[in-house]
Amino acid sequence: MQNRPLILKLLSAAIVFGAWEIAGRIPVSYAFPTFLETMEALVRMTLDGSIFQAYAETLKPLVLGVAISAFLGITLGLWIGLSSWFDWLFSPIFVVMQAAPLAALIPILVMAYGIGLTSKIFVVCIMAMPVIVLNTSSAVRNTPASMKEMAHSFLAKDRDVLLKIILPAASPIIFSGLRLGISAGFIGAILSELKITPTGVGDIITYSRSIADYPSMYAAIFSIILLAVVFLNLLEKLENYLFEGNNRGYASD
Amino acid sequence: MKGIIVAMPQTEATMKKQTSAAPDSAVSVRNVSKNYGTVEALKNLSLEFPRGQLTSLLGPSGCGKTTLLKIIAGLLQPTSGRIEVNGAEVEGPGPDRAFVFQDFALLPWASVIRNVAFGLELRGVAKSERESIAERYIRDVGLTGFEHSYPHELSGGMRQRVGLARALSVDAQVLLLDEPFSAVDEQTRRKFQEDLLSLVKHENKTFIFVTHSIEEAVYVSDQIAILLPRPSRVSEIIRPTGFRHKDVDSIRRDPEYLDIVDQIWASLRSYVE
Repeated sequence: MQNRPLILKLLSAAIVFGAWEIAGRIPVSYAFPTFLETMEALVRMTLDGSIFQAYAETLKPLVLGVAISAFLGITLGLWIGLSSWFDWLFSPIFVVMQAAPLAALIPILVMAYGIGLTSKIFVVCIMAMPVIVLNTSSAVRNTPASMKEMAHSFLAKDRDVLLKIILPAASPIIFSGLRLGISAGFIGAILSELKITPTGVGDIITYSRSIADYPSMYAAIFSIILLAVVFLNLLEKLENYLFEGNNRGYASD
Repeated sequence: MKGIIVAMPQTEATMKKQTSAAPDSAVSVRNVSKNYGTVEALKNLSLEFPRGQLTSLLGPSGCGKTTLLKIIAGLLQPTSGRIEVNGAEVEGPGPDRAFVFQDFALLPWASVIRNVAFGLELRGVAKSERESIAERYIRDVGLTGFEHSYPHELSGGMRQRVGLARALSVDAQVLLLDEPFSAVDEQTRRKFQEDLLSLVKHENKTFIFVTHSIEEAVYVSDQIAILLPRPSRVSEIIRPTGFRHKDVDSIRRDPEYLDIVDQIWASLRSYVE
């Protein structure tokens, strides 16, 4: 997967964008712009700087929420995975959180925390954290017993077992939880801007739609997807850098 | 393991063997019982492991060989009884013992050299020092050139060589091998057995070797303890003497070797379903 030829990537992008262009030209709906119109709108927003202003707003709850979710989520997940008591105490919260219809809960959050940044961070966290916590805890619980035994037989202290065995062994699943959680966090950030107060990218989407400027609306959506993809790719690079040998399965396969 | 097979005159090796084969035990198992709930895995088992020799634990599956080995390693606690290594009671894993695992238990995210040096890393040995020790043992087990490979890039036999080098590099007095060759192919296995003989001869260590292969046990052991199941006890101790110092190639044709193999099979066959 790492060395998938560049040409293949370009080809798949060309097919998707080509289909979009064709669908826009038919048109499938008057509210659906062509790819080129959308790109034009994106370039325009980039040149006049409005997209950067929007992201300055949107990134605040997004980055804070994702950072809190990743840090707290992995910590809690480790704890839950290591102790059955913690599992009993905390797991249900995250299972419920993951299944909860978030849009319906937003009004309650707004009542409790107002319409500011706090509520938006909450929305991002509710979207991002459960999958990070649940993945981390199940990965920790499923650390191969023989590796822990090996570490003990070579005189590992508990700290060594955690840092040198459990964490690296769990890392592929922790990272897949992070990937899922962060993508959900992106959704949460936009959702909060659409549902709580229109700011940043959510404002561009809402405003463009209200004045029927569909290319700008789709350009904003496109930009957030692009950002998410870039971010997830960076995360994958980090994972490969940290745990190179994990790349191709376990030695005992 | 080319490095280990040092050309040593047969007589000298024999003399060394005889002087070190004093009736002195490196490991003593005294009245050890182990229960899992109501299941008695081991019952009142006692066994002596002579210093500098290889003792095999042989028996049908489910007879508690691996349980006994893990109790000696300190990875499991006995329900009653005690284990002594060089006269000191075992309370848990210690620097005097090193374990070779059946499933290798290598770290898939770590290169060969880091895996081999892992025991030393856990002991806090500085990186440059532990890597130079690890390099020596990687050479000894014949894996030069693979230092920076990852376990998934190696064959089963090579992975177990990494596991062996890891156990050797911590320089423990007692090596515990839990069916180390059961997951490698037959040819690799034969090579391993020959290499193990020369390891026992040239490293002044005590080996405790769990196996379910009768031929393998007779081929490599100075002493064979036959364990019978449910609850496990030592039914017989056999000490092959006649062919031990023969050339590795002629052991399998030695009449005593064949007799012992037959004798063990005769006593085990009734326990095999």
